[in-house]
Amino acid sequence: MKDRSVILGLILLAPIILFSTAHAGEGIPDPRAGWNELWHELMIDITLIGLVFAGVTVYFMVRYKRQRPDEEGGSFKLTPLGAFGWTLIPAFIFMADDIFLAAKNFELWNDYRNVPENAYVVEVEAYMWGWNVKYPDEGIEVNNEMYVPQGRPIMVRLTSRDVVHSFFIPDFRVKWDALPGRTTYLWFYPKERGEHVMTCTEYCGLLHSNMYGKIKVISQDEFSSWIEKNKKEGGAV
Amino acid sequence: MSVSVESLNYQSRFSLKEWIFTTDHKRIGVLYLIGSFAAFFLAGLMAMLMRTELSSIGPTITENPNTYNVWLYFHGAAMILGYQIPALTGFFANYYVPLMIGAKDVAFPRLNALSVWLFWMGIVLALLTFVIPDPPDIMWTGYPPYSTMTPGNTALYTFTVLLIGFSSIAGGVNFLTTIMYMRAPGVTWNKLNVFIWCILAAFIIQLIFVPVLGVAVTMLSLDKYLGTNFFNAAMGGDPLIYQNLFWFYSHPAVYVILLPAMGLIYEIIATFSRNSIFNYKGILYGGIWGVVLLGGIVWAHHLYIAGIPDWMALVHVFLTLLISVPVGLMMVGLVGTLYRGSIEYKTPMLYAIGFIFLFLIGGLTGIPNAMSAIYIHITETYWIPGHFHYVMAISVTTAIIGGTYYVFPKLTGRMYHEGLGKLGFFIFFIGVNITFFLTLLMGVKGMPRRYYDYPQFPELEGIQQITTYGSYLIFVSAVIILVSWIHGLVAGEKAPQNPWGSRSLEWTHAPSPPPPGNFPRKLELTEEWSPYNYGS
Ligand code: HEM
Ligand SMILES: [Cu+2]
Ligand SMILES: [Cu+2]
Repeated sequence: MKDRSVILGLILLAPIILFSTAHAGEGIPDPRAGWNELWHELMIDITLIGLVFAGVTVYFMVRYKRQRPDEEGGSFKLTPLGAFGWTLIPAFIFMADDIFLAAKNFELWNDYRNVPENAYVVEVEAYMWGWNVKYPDEGIEVNNEMYVPQGRPIMVRLTSRDVVHSFFIPDFRVKWDALPGRTTYLWFYPKERGEHVMTCTEYCGLLHSNMYGKIKVISQDEFSSWIEKNKKEGGAV
Repeated sequence: MSVSVESLNYQSRFSLKEWIFTTDHKRIGVLYLIGSFAAFFLAGLMAMLMRTELSSIGPTITENPNTYNVWLYFHGAAMILGYQIPALTGFFANYYVPLMIGAKDVAFPRLNALSVWLFWMGIVLALLTFVIPDPPDIMWTGYPPYSTMTPGNTALYTFTVLLIGFSSIAGGVNFLTTIMYMRAPGVTWNKLNVFIWCILAAFIIQLIFVPVLGVAVTMLSLDKYLGTNFFNAAMGGDPLIYQNLFWFYSHPAVYVILLPAMGLIYEIIATFSRNSIFNYKGILYGGIWGVVLLGGIVWAHHLYIAGIPDWMALVHVFLTLLISVPVGLMMVGLVGTLYRGSIEYKTPMLYAIGFIFLFLIGGLTGIPNAMSAIYIHITETYWIPGHFHYVMAISVTTAIIGGTYYVFPKLTGRMYHEGLGKLGFFIFFIGVNITFFLTLLMGVKGMPRRYYDYPQFPELEGIQQITTYGSYLIFVSAVIILVSWIHGLVAGEKAPQNPWGSRSLEWTHAPSPPPPGNFPRKLELTEEWSPYNYGS
């Protein structure tokens, strides 16, 4: 009995021991990479815990199946000390995992909330049902598309013209609510050229599911000429 | 109290008037049961319509997104307010509490009748959704300013919530008093069924938090119809206030649902393992009361990206993660109760075992949600409905259906068909796992929830389609389950008093079905008596 408890404890602690090796980041952190990494660790963590519980359950289910109709269980009673142990030890194990996860979360959360200094700023105003994208320094406004330069952190300032919306770019693992009367922000780091979906994730009525657009990551040069072209035309709405 | 043999059969003479004016806790329970299963059936139908709509990109069965939004509103609101809360704190609480504690009825039988009719008024009001020209389309969360601007009928939402809220408060007063003062001699606090403790805890939560929800939804209608500006940012109000108030109630509300469901599962597992509860005091003081204590201070995990201060998010990350401690203890207790038991796999037990696995997936997929940084990507995607269907919708449905099979002989005096019962379970179990595992998966891939259509995610159409097939399996299982109950009701064998060999009072001392007043003879409980006193 005692041995088994020890082994069980070790199995539950394994994820904590395995992943307490902190990763040292250099330069500008990339929340997307951080998210993917932590997600991966989390999946291993919860799968292990799940397998332990499920394994023990299945074992008991088979081992203690009723053999005779008059058979009874109930022969096993915890001593007061055993009851304390079976309350405090599992509580301790769960809490250890919690503290570990909260610490991991703290790191990544800071990456998400601290915008790098050289970030390029874009303003987005959500409305029913679309995204108005402004380039404040250039006086450009477009709807439902956002051109951004490759290799530079992009900060998005969010607000809403009417109801609560939420600005989501699945590929970059970012999302933040856009509220009327407030400005919120998020940032992401497009390292490669390409196209990504931006879409609304806070229910906002009839065309909520149609409130989406494209984010186009283009090279710095292409971006400069895109700015020049649209400045001349006075916005591309 | 002694009762003649004929009066044992009082349920066989049907009189509508008697049912309407009844103050008998068992009949009131049945009234709750009928109402909540009706809500479940209708809201389930909406789920089938939604799943069918989602099976392909573009219009599938309706061209109007508003129709989908109303289905979804009704599905969410009716499943929670009309089905799960009333089935657990209405039916099961009413049916079991007096029987398990050895009482003749609840403390305030007429207040009890008022509760159930308030609930029915709520159900009727909710049904108006399908007849008025401008049904509510504000989801069960009703966030302003959308809910105060929409042409949909927000007042219907407000009043449905208020009626069912009043019903809950009356129920809370009643059951707290009953459990405190009406226990038979010998039924002491530390011998109470786990289910009773869970009901006590659930109603304490209701009494503290329901008024907050009542205030929030009332302010919505004041804003919309009477021109106040509580949530109107343009006039100095703040939509975030509503979100705080709403989740201040609605997070604890998940424990109002979860605790009684857990309690039922504990009863079923103890009975079919013929075993005492593993670490009874640990799960009682650490588990149940731990949940009550923590449940009220974690609401902001719904608001991590809604514009709250960073420190508040981080505090709530930690507190939310801590919920894993009491809930984990309750899971250890469930699995531990199998240890050295004598397990028999009748239909209720299959559902109880099913609960362990489904709740395990649901609980573990909640951990990422608690972590604010991970939450950023998965919130408001299909991961969320995936998670809460596992942890609440489906786990608790397993408890309710399993609990209904378990109580069936006592309630009806007849046995259900074991083969049909098991067949229904297996189809249900396969169906829900296909449906909701794929829902989780689509969430990680970025599929947002509450979407009528998804042209921006063409790659998900295949998974959506299989998910829909999974949900049809659930429908098939629901039909089989219903057939097994109707079959049992009209053609089942006569049930003995204690078909499961349980040690709990409702089985050992009350006939099937119990007469008015419940116990034909005065209860005389020995010092050794306990509802889990097996193997001695
Ligand atoms: C029986 C099988 C069920 C199926 C197939 C099903 C399916 C669905 C679907 C497709 C959605 C909408 C996803 C979206 O567009 O965002 C949904 C939402 C929801 N379901 Fe279910 N569901 C089922 C049972 C339940 C049960 C038993 C409950 C009980 C609590 C429940 C509670 C909810 C809630 C609260 C929502 C969210 C509503 C909202 O977004 O406002 N469901 N369900
Ligand atoms: Cu939206
Ligand atoms: Cu919550």
